[in-house]
Amino acid sequence: MGLENFLGDGFISTRIKDLLAWGRKNSLWPMPFGTACCAIEMMSTLSSRYDMSRFGAEVVRFSPRQSDMLIVGGRVTLKMMPVLQRIWLQMPEPKWAISMGACASCGGVFDTYTMIQGVDQFIPIDVYVPGCPPRPENLIDAVRLLQDKVAGKDVQRLMDERTGQPNLARLEAMEARRAELRARLVGPAPALAGQEARA
Amino acid sequence: MSETRGTSLPVLDPAAVRKERRARAQEAEARRHERERALAEAVTGWFAPGEASRAELRHQQTVTVPVGRAHETLRRCRDELGFDLLTDVTVVDTLKLEGDHPERFWVVWQLLSLAQNATIWVRAWVNEDEPACPSVRDLWPAAGYAEREAYDMFGVEFTGHGDLRRLLMPEDYAGFPLRKDYPLRGRGERDNFPVIRRANEEAL
Repeated sequence: MGLENFLGDGFISTRIKDLLAWGRKNSLWPMPFGTACCAIEMMSTLSSRYDMSRFGAEVVRFSPRQSDMLIVGGRVTLKMMPVLQRIWLQMPEPKWAISMGACASCGGVFDTYTMIQGVDQFIPIDVYVPGCPPRPENLIDAVRLLQDKVAGKDVQRLMDERTGQPNLARLEAMEARRAELRARLVGPAPALAGQEARA
Repeated sequence: MSETRGTSLPVLDPAAVRKERRARAQEAEARRHERERALAEAVTGWFAPGEASRAELRHQQTVTVPVGRAHETLRRCRDELGFDLLTDVTVVDTLKLEGDHPERFWVVWQLLSLAQNATIWVRAWVNEDEPACPSVRDLWPAAGYAEREAYDMFGVEFTGHGDLRRLLMPEDYAGFPLRKDYPLRGRGERDNFPVIRRANEEAL
């Protein structure tokens, strides 16, 4: 921007939107909604061995009014879904949600009359964590991904949300970008044995 | 006491000890089966011949009684035979069960006598159209929750319970999910919630 030229050292300029996003992404306050074994992994992620505070998300609040990241971990039943929806509505904007594990994401193995087959049918979810239960590393990965989203980065979506098909344009763009980086850093890709004749 | 010095404990053969213990346990178990059979026969003896029946399967004693006299029978079991603990009250749906059954449901009470270390089952058939059965909450307070659960899952009314609400399922749930004609995936209850969307989906 050039403002630094006038203000001198000790100042940086940014956009207020980016500044807010930077603050938010490094200070996510989780609201744990743990109903099953995923909650045990969540506790492990938050405690000293995996230590989610390294990523600024250690202030677990059991009040939805004081948190901005909902982590749904575990089975959600017919009787629990209204509670979850109420908790989601009680959280102040801006807010994000992680669906942790197979049960929260799709019902898992519990395909019965009382199990919700994926909480994303009824509340918006930003990041899904696969696993049964996921390891703490998976949850940390999800939080990092969410931080990218909070920061306004274009999170790579390989599947098209509307059609459910692979997003070919994005895949091609990724391939092109990878080839470009590779060409710049390590030179052209070596031709494979079968491709030499064609080249 | 000074004589014990230098003496050693008798050397036991572990295999022989195990064998003896096993034999003693088997004897105790056989005595328990005898007690349970005698108790079940005592219950059957309160009824006219043909009114109640006793069945034995793998040493489990089950007495079938008419539903109208179930409460009286259970009270006498508690007061006269010393069954001080009601372990469970539940219902069996015979809709898809093989064999010939007089009614669709039976209610079963599992009784335990702590002093005698004996367990018997008392059961009563209840009909399909208006499944109802006397409550035993006045005899054992523990029946309160068990009867609520049985009502929740099978829809059997326990008359005289006083607080017969659903225990596990939501209050407004329609149907009784453990009946064998209830579909495993329910009747669409799990898909019937309002969908909450983000107000500012694009802004995020």
